[in-house]
Amino acid sequence: MDAVLILLLFVLVLSIFLGVELISKVPSILHTPLMSGANAISGITIVGAILTSRAENIESELSFALGMVAVFFATVNVVGGYLVTNRMLGMFKKK
Amino acid sequence: MEILNTIFSEATNKALVNVVYILASVLFIFGLKMLGSPETARKGNLVSAMGMLIAVVVTLLDQSIIDYKWIFVGLVLGSLVGVIAAMKVKMTAMPEMVAIFNGFGGIASLLVGSSEYLLSAQHNTGILVPIFLTVVIGGLTFTGSLIAYGKLSGTITGNPVIYKGQQWINGILMVALLFLGIEMIALQGLLITMDWQILVAAVALSFLLGVLIVIPIGGADMPVVIALLNSYSGLAACAAGFVILNNVLIVAGALVGASGLILTNIMCKAMNRSLANVLFSGFGSVISVGGSSTEQQGEVRPINVADAYLILEAASSVVIVPGYGMAVAQAQHSVRELGELLEENGSEVQYAIHPVAGRMPGHMNVLLAEANVSYDQLIEPDDINPTIETTDVCIVIGANDVVNPAAREDPQSPIYGMPIINVDKAKTTFVLKRSMAPGFAGIENPLFFKTNTRMLFGDAKDSITSLVSEFKT
Repeated sequence: MDAVLILLLFVLVLSIFLGVELISKVPSILHTPLMSGANAISGITIVGAILTSRAENIESELSFALGMVAVFFATVNVVGGYLVTNRMLGMFKKK
Repeated sequence: MEILNTIFSEATNKALVNVVYILASVLFIFGLKMLGSPETARKGNLVSAMGMLIAVVVTLLDQSIIDYKWIFVGLVLGSLVGVIAAMKVKMTAMPEMVAIFNGFGGIASLLVGSSEYLLSAQHNTGILVPIFLTVVIGGLTFTGSLIAYGKLSGTITGNPVIYKGQQWINGILMVALLFLGIEMIALQGLLITMDWQILVAAVALSFLLGVLIVIPIGGADMPVVIALLNSYSGLAACAAGFVILNNVLIVAGALVGASGLILTNIMCKAMNRSLANVLFSGFGSVISVGGSSTEQQGEVRPINVADAYLILEAASSVVIVPGYGMAVAQAQHSVRELGELLEENGSEVQYAIHPVAGRMPGHMNVLLAEANVSYDQLIEPDDINPTIETTDVCIVIGANDVVNPAAREDPQSPIYGMPIINVDKAKTTFVLKRSMAPGFAGIENPLFFKTNTRMLFGDAKDSITSLVSEFKT
């Protein structure tokens, strides 16, 4: 295994621990917005989708087309996810 | 991009992009941290969205991208669909909304993995392993989420679909996927010559697996399924990060993966069941009769709205326990109105919310928040149970299993050991219910036969509305 891969695995393991620490503290009244907010974050795959259109990829039309469909789905996930979370959280009020 | 290239060298440019990715990761982390408290949650979501925005913008500036036209088509169409869906969805339909968004995240990761697979000329193990994982996890997240969406929206049956040899079929499918993985990664096309054939087979099998693992799970177990699919969509993004060696995908994906797993764990604990039991038992497919339930059954004591009003009017403390039935009846607004009238009348009103009430984690809290209930009145079972004996009236609205005392008393009951809200210990409990039919898990509920329980039959919304008008006259 090369050094880059090891480094990324290192990042992965630390992020999982960080995620566990962060989320364990969220109270159950916020579980739904937490879930849809986290769901929007998982749309980060949009970055990967955009990068499928880089120069060497244009050569392969199928590969490029798949990437562009990915851009569409990831965008729905990101935009819809953040907006709906924002809408929900706007309703949580204290009198 | 040309402009950037003229300002910076390519190396500086790459470094700049990566610094922005680090910044985006930090914003995601802060955003999630701020989601931990109702005061900061909304801002937290914005912080996280900001992280996403800068990650997308800096990616678009990557100089190796040469065709922007289709990217923008995807971005614009996707945003349009996202905005419309997010604005139009009803709060009661939130579980299926989250399910479908999970699915979209999954399919996007699958497509990214597929695109990279078809492209990469030299196939080395370091890239093939994550490609395979991206395709499989993304694929089963997609179809699993579609099935969950269908079950939640009522398009397909919410009951568990069980057939003979189900475990075997799933097992065989997983073995087949494993072999395909070996073929793709280690043998690299020894048996199947074309790359695209291997890819299509992997996609097909993971799609099938996603369907098969969700259909045997019943409606009442959906909170676990959604949490798990949420986790998978994160893991798929994470695997995609290893395909394109991109740290922001790995960090964000891992955060979501961890968050979904924790929620899954919380949901399982709240039902006192293992994840394996939720996934494989087909819980609720048979009407199970608890061992001693026939003896426990006694007289059912119905009550009418006028009598219920008299008792409520004299109550100094009221605890409202909502369940999925409240969502179905769309009764949350009437419930809030009743709560306010009770408060004006001098009662202390609290809402006791079980973690698995409804069809997704926190479902009831969102509905009551939508109806304008102050969030400090939304209480978890652990905080309500110690004082429930001094509560004058508990009103159970469309909840069943989460208030079933068999979970405490009857070792034969399938839900024995599940933490419940002890409404049977309150001075009086009203149960709003259409009929005596058992809940979604199909389990008899001895609560209905307790001497301090009164059954208020009818549509939950109608009953609450009638109570509200009694208070107003």
